[in-house]
Amino acid sequence: MSLARRIIPCLDVDGDRVVKGVNFVGLQDVGDPAALAGRYNAEGADELVVLDIAASRDRRPTFLETIRRVAAELAIPLTAGGGIRSLEDGRAVVGAGADKITVNTAAVERPELISELSREFGAQAVVLAIDAKRKGDHWDVMVRGGRESTGRDAIVWAKHVVTLGAGEILLTSIDRDGTQTGFDIALTEAISSEVSVPVIASGGAKLPEHFVEVFTAGAADAALAASIFHDRVQAIRSLKEFLLAHSIEVRRP
Amino acid sequence: MKLTLLDHGAGNVASVERALQRLGVESQRATTPEGVEHAEAIVLPGVGHYNALIRALDQRLLRDPLLHAIGRGVPFLGICLGLQALYEASEEAPELTGLRLLPGRVRSLPPGVKLPHMGWNQLCAKSESRLLEGISPDAYVYFAHSYAATAPGVEVVATCKHGIEFVAVVEKGNMCAVQFHPEKSGEAGSRVLQNYLRLCA
Repeated sequence: MSLARRIIPCLDVDGDRVVKGVNFVGLQDVGDPAALAGRYNAEGADELVVLDIAASRDRRPTFLETIRRVAAELAIPLTAGGGIRSLEDGRAVVGAGADKITVNTAAVERPELISELSREFGAQAVVLAIDAKRKGDHWDVMVRGGRESTGRDAIVWAKHVVTLGAGEILLTSIDRDGTQTGFDIALTEAISSEVSVPVIASGGAKLPEHFVEVFTAGAADAALAASIFHDRVQAIRSLKEFLLAHSIEVRRP
Repeated sequence: MKLTLLDHGAGNVASVERALQRLGVESQRATTPEGVEHAEAIVLPGVGHYNALIRALDQRLLRDPLLHAIGRGVPFLGICLGLQALYEASEEAPELTGLRLLPGRVRSLPPGVKLPHMGWNQLCAKSESRLLEGISPDAYVYFAHSYAATAPGVEVVATCKHGIEFVAVVEKGNMCAVQFHPEKSGEAGSRVLQNYLRLCA
């Protein structure tokens, strides 16, 4: 009996539709967020993440309405983010039904945002997203969808955000994202062993073996993926059975 | 039976509301002493900082009506911080006084494990439980906290372990509380809420 490893589908949302990017050019429509949320809730997902990939001010009300519709479908925790720049933005997504808020670029630009959110909602509600890219012997923290380097070291940044009040780290490997060649195990292990909070690994998943690897060698507490679940390349139920057969504790669907 | 959610301005009130709606149960929010005094069944949700919950109870003058309600037998369900509030105090805000309905202090989970204790974990039954009736002993429920009550007692009907063993479910007469989030715990969580509603009926 111990804490189960979590499987987390991610919905990248543009307004009121789930989309997926093809090499950052052109977006493909994947479906209705509430319908997908209901499906994942029933299939045994442990949590759900909804990200506003456009994150434009004028489409904010549409995204908040999407959160409301998604939350109504879920009996599991919901994390929402994308374009969270202020405490007010955080209040809006929590008010719409998110249990946790994920922040990325804005936290790099103004780290106090992490403390402000943590004081108001508690550390358990603040998920700091780190997009990391290998550079020589370390990993750089990237922003603006992985396109721009901040020059910060990912491990140093991860430790710092925990002291500011982040309760969880959503770690995406920019090198692996979209490649379906497996999670970045070295990156995940490096961050997970250095911070006291749970780490969600993201980027590169395709096969069930990739998940086994990230939970064992990678020491991840949770693993996130998007298109392999949307496209039914991988079913959550059979993935969990595979993990159980490899002695990895998960919540049985 | 009308269910009253104690809305202290912090926490997961809306999530609990939605979970109850899924069960077909209408609830009302109480933000004033009068709202609590007239309640027939009370749920105290909470998530985040102990400080926020206890201060809100005092600032909104809800502490005494809540204690009176529990004292006169109104069915009560505390969730997460709503469980922790029942104890004498918490290490998270040592200057504050809890509701003192249960003996002992809430303390920090130990270092050496990932904190917050966040995710799905199993329960260890200590005695027969009305809240957990019909729920498989293997079931997982969702936790999100860094502090927990650890005092043993006959009222502790189930525990959980993360670094140390801590109180997961409390039942004492009309007073029930859970450290996990039934509103976020899938089917097992729905069953906990249904069991509580049965106690209210």
